[in-house]
Amino acid sequence: MTTPLSAGLVVEATGLTKIYGSGNTEVVAVRDASLTVARGEIVALLGPSGAGKSTLLTLLGLILPPNAGRISIGQTLVFDGERSRVNVRRFRRQHLGFVFQKANLIPFLTAAENVQLAMEINDVSPRAARTRTMELLEYLGVADRAEHLPSKLSGGQAQRVAVARSLANRPSLILADEPTAALDSVRGRQVMELFRKVAHEQKAGVMVVTHDHRALDVFDRSLEMEDGQLRTGACPNSTTGQNKAHENDK
Amino acid sequence: MNLALKDIRHSFGRFVLTTFGISLLLMLVMGMGGIYRGLVEEATLLVDRVGADLWVVQKGTRGPFAEISRLPRNVEDRVLAVPGVVSANSFISHTIQREYRDKPLRVTIQGLSWPTDRGLWLPIVAGRALGQAHFEMIADKSSGLALGDHVPLGKDTYAVVGLTGQMSSSSGDPMAFMTLTDAQAVQFDLVGDAVRTERAARVNRLQAIDLGRSQPQLEDRAAGVSSAIPALGTSMVSAVLVDIAPGYDPVKVAARIASWPDVSVYSHEGQRNLLLGGMVDKARRQLGLFRVLLIIVSGIIMALILYTLTLDKLHDIAMLKLLGARNLVILALILQQALLLGGLGYCLAYYLGRWIFPYFPRRVVIMQEDLVSLAFIVLAISVAASLLGIAKALRVQPNEVLA
Repeated sequence: MTTPLSAGLVVEATGLTKIYGSGNTEVVAVRDASLTVARGEIVALLGPSGAGKSTLLTLLGLILPPNAGRISIGQTLVFDGERSRVNVRRFRRQHLGFVFQKANLIPFLTAAENVQLAMEINDVSPRAARTRTMELLEYLGVADRAEHLPSKLSGGQAQRVAVARSLANRPSLILADEPTAALDSVRGRQVMELFRKVAHEQKAGVMVVTHDHRALDVFDRSLEMEDGQLRTGACPNSTTGQNKAHENDK
Repeated sequence: MNLALKDIRHSFGRFVLTTFGISLLLMLVMGMGGIYRGLVEEATLLVDRVGADLWVVQKGTRGPFAEISRLPRNVEDRVLAVPGVVSANSFISHTIQREYRDKPLRVTIQGLSWPTDRGLWLPIVAGRALGQAHFEMIADKSSGLALGDHVPLGKDTYAVVGLTGQMSSSSGDPMAFMTLTDAQAVQFDLVGDAVRTERAARVNRLQAIDLGRSQPQLEDRAAGVSSAIPALGTSMVSAVLVDIAPGYDPVKVAARIASWPDVSVYSHEGQRNLLLGGMVDKARRQLGLFRVLLIIVSGIIMALILYTLTLDKLHDIAMLKLLGARNLVILALILQQALLLGGLGYCLAYYLGRWIFPYFPRRVVIMQEDLVSLAFIVLAISVAASLLGIAKALRVQPNEVLA
């Protein structure tokens, strides 16, 4: 099913609500959140712990269904309330990329195999997958570590390989959950700049959950969450000002 | 990309150890089956090798293997007179345990009807058949005896002139073959004092009755050797083996001999069934039950191992799901490892068994059909064992990566 997304948007979410538990234990993790991310845009998602940032990311990443609201990615309506309109697992592997605080590389695969696997899962031939893997590792500056197991990579190298894996299937949206939390400030900055480079050069929408205010200048704009509610944050380096109007706290 | 092989490559040592453990279990299952087959083969070996058409035994007994049977040796002559009987041989079998070269020597002695039977039908692997009526023996090599050994049994010494391969009695003891007379001499051997005491007792008994007092010459005989006293009867044998001439109906010949009041007759099949139904049956059922238990234990252990291997990978499986991997990819990862574990364990069990089983004290006979059926059982338990892990893996949610 398609929905009329505004030109240049990769994701449009409206009225997203996520509730955990029920009755006395009910927690509203995300309340009526609406947002858009444009192609080639890198957006920071800020907020204190427990604000609902990661939950919002899992909703946009189609990992958990929302209790209410709609999510459209690319030109496809994916969730309408709790009901998925597509095969979410297939949609995830074709359109989304993920990076987490930990690299979460498969420990029994080499760096190259971790990237290659993401493509083979998406029915790319092993030969083509291998070629693109090496291009991506080269692009991210870790080609010399291609045949090393994750246990032999530094934190920064592993995170670069995770970024390469997230780019493997040319996703329209990359979601990153505190990708620099386990890195020192220099390497953290490098990874953030890498995301910016990826967003601008690969024309993917990138949304990054971060606590690191020192790297805010890397982002095109930022959103802030508090108690499950979303609002526009500081916009230190806006290049896509036209998208600001899409946030729900306007 | 084969994730199962990549995972095995990563934790190769653990996989090898696990496979080795599984293979030891499967080797035990294989061995149990082999021991049962060996039991059956040992039990029926002699009956099959001798190949007699009929077994004539003491009336009312199921001898000579299932229980003791005693027949006068002259039954052999009576059987020979029956139309259709081409040959009749006395059969004697008893087990002895003596000391030889400071080691226990336990053998089942088999009497051969010299001179018609010299043991030419035996599977002689070294040496020759019996060449004289006394003081020679053919022994199975599993007894530890060697060609040229001189073994003192009773009052005589017997030279080992031939060695057989895999001739064991139904109780698993190695067999030794000598002439019937020698076998009886070993069986009924008494020390000199016992012989003298018996002769003195015999004279006393004779002197206590009128016959002894009126005929003093009888006293001289009573004090002599037993075989010189016709009243004491002929020596006893365990059975008489009968071969029937072609053209005669074995059932009719058997019925005719069985009509005598002092003997029972069994066909070759009947004797075989007595052995399998009586002596081997309980052992067969016991081994069979033990084998089933071992298979169940193997299945449970494999299931636990595969479940643990899956638990170790739950985070990776969640990551695979997050990346959008189909369930088939995850299912293949677990199932392929289960099949590899089972398959390699089975192959290793086979080769370990081939190496170890010959050192078992009793014969272990591994048959093709048992190997094939066990292969299918291993396949089934590998698949069944992986189900627990697969069920767990399929329940993993991709958001567990974030945990």
